[in-house]
Amino acid sequence: MLTTFSELVEQKQPETATNRETSAKPPATKIETKDLSFFYGANQALFDVTMAIPEKSVTAFIGPSGCGKSTFLRTINRMNDIIDGAHLTGQVLIAKEDIYAANVDVVELRKRVGMVFQKSTPFPKSIFDNIAYGPKIAGMRKKSMLAEIVERSLKRAALWDEVKDRLQDSALALSGGQQQRLCIARALATDPEILLMDEPASALDPVSTARIEDLVFELKQEYTIVIVTHNMQQAARISDRSAFFLQGRLIEVGPTKQIFTNPNEKQTEDYITGRFG
Amino acid sequence: MSSTAKSFQETLAARHRKGWWFEWLCLGSTLFGIAVLVVLLSGIVWQAFGWLDWQFLSSYDSRFPEKAGILAALWGSVWLILLTALISIPIGVGAALYLEEYAKANWLTRIIQVNLSNLAGVPSIVYGILGLTAFVRMFGLIRVPPAIVVISLGFTTVEIPLPGLPFDRTVMSGALTLSLLILPVVIVASQEALRAIPSSLRDASYALGATEWQTIRHQVLPAALPGILTGVILALSRAIGETAPLVMIGALTYLAFTPGGIEGPGDILADPQSLVRAPFDSFTALPLQIFNWVSRPEPAYQHVAAAGILVLLVLLLTMNATAIFIRHRFRSRTRW
Ligand SMILES: Nc1ncnc2c1ncn2[C@@H]1O[C@H](COP(=O)(O)OP(=O)(O)OP(=O)(O)O)[C@@H](O)[C@H]1O
Ligand SMILES: [Mg+2]
Repeated sequence: MLTTFSELVEQKQPETATNRETSAKPPATKIETKDLSFFYGANQALFDVTMAIPEKSVTAFIGPSGCGKSTFLRTINRMNDIIDGAHLTGQVLIAKEDIYAANVDVVELRKRVGMVFQKSTPFPKSIFDNIAYGPKIAGMRKKSMLAEIVERSLKRAALWDEVKDRLQDSALALSGGQQQRLCIARALATDPEILLMDEPASALDPVSTARIEDLVFELKQEYTIVIVTHNMQQAARISDRSAFFLQGRLIEVGPTKQIFTNPNEKQTEDYITGRFG
Repeated sequence: MSSTAKSFQETLAARHRKGWWFEWLCLGSTLFGIAVLVVLLSGIVWQAFGWLDWQFLSSYDSRFPEKAGILAALWGSVWLILLTALISIPIGVGAALYLEEYAKANWLTRIIQVNLSNLAGVPSIVYGILGLTAFVRMFGLIRVPPAIVVISLGFTTVEIPLPGLPFDRTVMSGALTLSLLILPVVIVASQEALRAIPSSLRDASYALGATEWQTIRHQVLPAALPGILTGVILALSRAIGETAPLVMIGALTYLAFTPGGIEGPGDILADPQSLVRAPFDSFTALPLQIFNWVSRPEPAYQHVAAAGILVLLVLLLTMNATAIFIRHRFRSRTRW
């Protein structure tokens, strides 16, 4: 499955980006978890995960199906709160603040931590209204301001040129790839600090996938991005750091280059080289 | 040819034959239903022919069949349905929203759920008894005389007549009773419409920092609205044909006035306060009036009744057509 890592990286990664982590001073930690365990009722899905995610970087979560990647991702914007009977122990810190503390408002938190789901979920509204939804519910009323945000978000998500003439059309009429970029644009419209992406390209063709990868690459200049992917090449191409999960445990986390070429754990190596999973 | 292949060939023909028979059986069932409906309808149309005219639509009931009309019953039913809708939609949709969107799944919600399904099956006469005690008589406990509140606005005074309690045999009692009757159906139908909304839609909204209320207001309700409205209209068209509960609460059958004295839009313009008075007037309703005509000895009243049935059917079909229209109109616009 894996060719050599350098081959994969050569396809895309410009020098500066790959080397930043090793050469420059380490960036500040944005997200941190301490002994995080998660339970769906009696069923434990995460076991004592401790991890630090640096800001303005791309961190890829890899691991076989059902290992808890999505669960972990959803603890970061507290989307798991909605699930009946679920609870967690341990801590999740964003910018050193415990997001599960009693005084934290989830609504405010989710504005800061955007999320893109595996299955694109455009609202049955116009393209414009989809993007404007986040700012609108946050209280923005000014038409000109909304229009500006919509344009900027769509441009950032590399969708503007394709839809600028039909902003009032239903978002459901877009292609799958366009819908996914629409969802990314929608998440960007609330101006988050962190972007969580759960397999954003899993249902897309190679061209759309490439566009989304380019996008992730662009976005990490400003955002802290966490991306779940089943595609090893993709993880190698776009991420600065990778975290490997297995059966609810974090097996290993480190610079992508090291994880893919010289992992510390045997299980990581087996998974990456396609021996299981 | 091997033996399995042979038996396959033998049974194949039998299997096709069975399929053919079944198809015809189903077609027969369908045709039977349609045939009965056609016979019924044509019978009624035949009987009503010549009787359903403007005179019938615009006069009150009478001792003479030729002069009898449906005006009081028609307006009574219209008011009844309007008020029932006004009462049952907010309560029903609110309850469904609470059960589906807010309430945690625990033993209490499970009990409520089971009871809702049971209540939907309770005979309507039981609701009639309930309405009689609760709304018409208010358990004999409450007695407040009607009053008139006068508000002076300087250039004019507005008089708002407040109804006395209990409601007695008024449109309001009838509407409250019918609301109780259809609430379980409205709630269950609304719940089903809400449940059909994929959770991914809610998740997407929450993930953008929407509150629960905003998610319901901007995503869930608009998406569920066609389903909810369909359920509500079907429930209302059941209510409009209900007779037993109205008999029970003692609605009148021989009336020479409409609720609030409103016989058309002109009357409302001439006296807007009639809108406030109407819900607290006595009333009769289409099914009651029809039942009353059918039980009269003069044969000519059978024709009057048939004309009344036609009016009721037209009202029903209009409501059902609205439900279908709403469903189609919205469905073509949304898909998941
Ligand atoms: N809503 C839920 N209720 C109960 N159990 C759940 C729920 N969601 C996930 N789980 C369980 O938690 C475990 C981890 O699931 P999770 O979705 O996090 O895996 P994943 O790594 O994202 O898998 P995939 O790669 O297939 O998306 C699984 O065993 C799953 O069955
Ligand atoms: Mg997942």
